[in-house]
Amino acid sequence: MFDYSILIGGAAGQGSRKAGLLIAKLFNNFGYRVFIHEDYQSLIKGGHNFSQIRASDEEVFSYREKIDFLLALDKNTIEKHQKNLAENGVIIYNSDEISLEKGIGIPARKISKEEGGSLIMENTALIASFAKIVGIDWEIVENILRKEFQEKSEINLKIAKHAYEEAQNLIKIEKVHKESLPLLTGNEAIALGAVKAGLEIYFAYPMTPTSPILHYFAEHQKEFNLKVSQLENEIAVINIAIGAAYAGARTMVGTSGGGFALMAEGLSLAAQSETPIVIIEGQRMAPATGVPTYSAQSDLLFALNAGHGDFVRFVIAPGDADEAFYLSGKALNLAWKYQTPVILLLDKDLCESTFIFHPEIESKVEIEEPLLWDGKEDYKRYKITENGISPLAFPGKKDIVVKTTSYEHDEVGITIEEDENAIEKMQEKRLRKFKEMEKEVEKTEGAVKIYGNKESKEAIVAWGSTKGPAKEAVEKLGIKMIQPIFLEPFPEKEIKKSLEGVEKLIFVETNVLGQMEKLFNTYGITGQGRILKYNGRPFTAEEIIEKLT
Amino acid sequence: MSCLVKFMENFDTYAQNTWCPGCGNFNILQAFKNAVNDLIAKGVPKENIVFTTGIGCHAKIFDYLNLNSFYSLHGRAVATAEGIKLGNPALKVITFSGDGDSYDEGLDHLIHAAKRNIDITVLIHDNRVFALTTGQFTATSPKGFKGKSTPEGSIEEPFNPLELMLASGATFIARAYSPKIEHLKELIIKGVEHKGFSFIEVLQPCISLFNTYQFYQEKVYELEEENLTSKERALKKIQEWDYKNGENAKIPIGIFYKVQKPTYEEELLKELNSSKRNGGVNIKKILEEHL
Repeated sequence: MFDYSILIGGAAGQGSRKAGLLIAKLFNNFGYRVFIHEDYQSLIKGGHNFSQIRASDEEVFSYREKIDFLLALDKNTIEKHQKNLAENGVIIYNSDEISLEKGIGIPARKISKEEGGSLIMENTALIASFAKIVGIDWEIVENILRKEFQEKSEINLKIAKHAYEEAQNLIKIEKVHKESLPLLTGNEAIALGAVKAGLEIYFAYPMTPTSPILHYFAEHQKEFNLKVSQLENEIAVINIAIGAAYAGARTMVGTSGGGFALMAEGLSLAAQSETPIVIIEGQRMAPATGVPTYSAQSDLLFALNAGHGDFVRFVIAPGDADEAFYLSGKALNLAWKYQTPVILLLDKDLCESTFIFHPEIESKVEIEEPLLWDGKEDYKRYKITENGISPLAFPGKKDIVVKTTSYEHDEVGITIEEDENAIEKMQEKRLRKFKEMEKEVEKTEGAVKIYGNKESKEAIVAWGSTKGPAKEAVEKLGIKMIQPIFLEPFPEKEIKKSLEGVEKLIFVETNVLGQMEKLFNTYGITGQGRILKYNGRPFTAEEIIEKLT
Repeated sequence: MSCLVKFMENFDTYAQNTWCPGCGNFNILQAFKNAVNDLIAKGVPKENIVFTTGIGCHAKIFDYLNLNSFYSLHGRAVATAEGIKLGNPALKVITFSGDGDSYDEGLDHLIHAAKRNIDITVLIHDNRVFALTTGQFTATSPKGFKGKSTPEGSIEEPFNPLELMLASGATFIARAYSPKIEHLKELIIKGVEHKGFSFIEVLQPCISLFNTYQFYQEKVYELEEENLTSKERALKKIQEWDYKNGENAKIPIGIFYKVQKPTYEEELLKELNSSKRNGGVNIKKILEEHL
C-alpha cells in the first residue's frame, strides 16, 4: 500500500490552505486517493495554519499523525511539527525565509522574484519543487496550475517551471493508475446536493464552520440560479426562511451551535406551522464561543431536543462528501414531503475537510414533488388526513386562502383555544405524521451503515466525521463498525439488528459526555466502553486502534 | 353575467372577535378591509395579498380576515413578511405588528427591513403598552408609565419610532390615528403602492390599559403632503412630538417621507431567472472544477 502523509503549514495569510489543496490535486491527478484535514484559528494574519494531506492508493477519509513530507512556509511550522516527522520524513522549506541545517531548502523568494512574481507566489515555487522532488510529472503540475490560477496562470507557470527545473528528483513515489475523482469539502457537497434537489434560496448569518457554504453559493449564484441572502442574525434567518417556504420556495439555512440556539424558537414554529425547512448545523467546539475553529460532536442532544413543545424533526448526520451530497438533497425532499424541519447535523471536520467524491452519487438526487392541493375541494391548509399530511398550496393561487400559524389551529388555520377536542385532533394529526416520518426512516436504505467485519462480536459506534478514521480502524482490526446516519426518527429496529451477536460495544465520539451513547441508552442499548476525544482535533485511525487494543 | 356595482367584500371569517369593546383595533381592521377592497378594485389580485402578524392584541386580526396570512412568532412578523416577499416577489405583503412586538422583541428585523428597503408594508398598532400580557411598559410608553411591572412608574424614556425608521433607511414613513379610518385607509393604500419599505405607525388608544383617546383627540392634526423627499423636513415634523406626552405638543399624522430607491428583492434577483424552476443545474460540469 502506498500511503503518504504531507503537511503544509504557515501563518494565516501565507496561503497554506490553497497550497494544500494544490498538493492534494497533484496526487489526485497522479492517480492517488486523497484527504485533507484543515487546522486554523480565528485570526486573519499570523498564528499557525496547516493542511494535512493524506495520499494513498486506497480510499482514505482521515489524516495520519506521522508526516512523510513537511512543507514549511514559516519557521513555526517546523518547530511545531518536526516531532511528528516519520523516520524517513523530509522537510522542504523556503530557504529565503528559514535557515535550517537539514531538509531541502528551496529559494522560493528568489525564484518568484526573478520571474516577476509576488510574495504569495513563493508557494507556487515550493509546490513545483515538491512535485519534482517526489517525481510528479510536469504535465500534471502545469495542468493543475493552469486550471487553478486561470488569468494569473502565466506568471505562476513561469515560476513553477523555474522551480521544477531547478529542483532535483530525490524520491520516487509510484504513480497509481486510478482515474482522478472530484475533491469536495463537506460544505461543498452539502451545497451541491441541495442545488440538485431544487434549492431556491439560501439564508445565513456568517458562522464557522458553515460560512463556506454561504460563500460557495454566493460565488455560484448565477450558475445555480439561487437567491443567496445574508441577514442580520440567525433569528431573522430562520423566520425569513420559514416565510419564504410558506410562499412556496425551497429554502435552506446554515449555522453552527450558537446560531442554531438562536433559531430554536423558529424550529418550533416550523414544526407547529408545518413549514418545510432544512437547517445545517455544523457543530464546533462549545459550550458558548468555545474553540470556534475546532471540531466537536457535542450538539447532538441539543439538535434532538431544541425547540419548545412536542414535535419530531429529522436529524441526519452524514460522514463524508458522498453522504453529505446525497443526504443534503434527501433532507430537502423530506422537509417538503413531511412539511417539517430537517436538521443536517455536521461537524467542523466534516464541513471543512476535503474528501474524494464519487460522481455517480449525483444521479441519486432529484427533486421529489411534495403533496400538493389537487383543487377538487375547498382548500384547508391543515386538513385532517389519515397520514397526517395536509396538501400544500401557496399564496398567489386563485380562489383559495392559505392561512399558516404558530397558534394551535383548526383545519383552516383559525386559532383554537377553547375547543379542547379540536386541540387534541390537531395534535393527533401531527402525531400521525410523526409516525409516517418513523416509517420513512425504517424504509430508508442507509439510515444505518455497517462496515468492517460484520460477523465480529466486537463493534464500535461512530458518526459524522469520526466515520473516516473509525472505518479505517475497524477494517484493520477486523471488527465491526456501526454508523447511525438518521438520528431522529431513530432507526431502532435496524440498529438493534446490527447489534445482534455483538458482545462488546464501544462508542467513539468527539465530545465529553458521550452523547451518541446517551441516545442509544434511551432505546435500552448500553455499551461496554467509550473512546472520547475533546481537544477539538479529530481522531486518527491509529489512535482508535491503539485505544481499542 | 356582468355586474355594474361590485359589492365590498368583508373578508370575515367564522372566528369570534375577542378584542375589548371599543378597541382601536376595530378601526384598523375596518380601514384595512376598505383598503383591500380598493386595491382589488385597482387591479391587485386578491390572491396576491398576504399579511403577517406577530403576537399581541394586534395579531388577532389574523383570525378575522379571510385572506392569505401567516400568524408568526412574537417579534418576527416583519421577518416572516420579508421571507414571503423573497419567496414570491409578485405578492403584496403587509405586516401587522405591535409596539411590544416590533419596537421591543423584534426591533432588529424592523431596522434591517427598513435598511434593505424590501418592498413590504409594516403597520404598527402602537397602543404604547403590552396589552395582551395585561399592561406593562413598552418602548413607546412615556416615562412614569404605571403598569404591573412598574407600579411606581417606568424609569425609561420612550424612543420615537419614526425617527428611528428615518435613520434606518425606510423609504415611506407615515403615522395614522386609529379613529381616523378613512385617513388610515388611504395611508395603507399608499404604503402598499409604494415600491420599497413602507412604515405606518398607527396611534391606537388601548381603552382598557392605557387610554390615550382624549389626549390624541386634542393633539392630532393632519399633515400637508408636501416636500416628501426632504429628510430635513421629515425629521422636523417627526420631532414635533417625542412620545413623552408633552402637554403643549401637537401630533402630526400623515406621510412624513417618501423617496424612491432600488428595493432589496430587485437587487437580489437582478441577475437571476425567476421564471425558471431550479434543480436543472449540471452538477457534472461543476464537479470538473473540483478535479
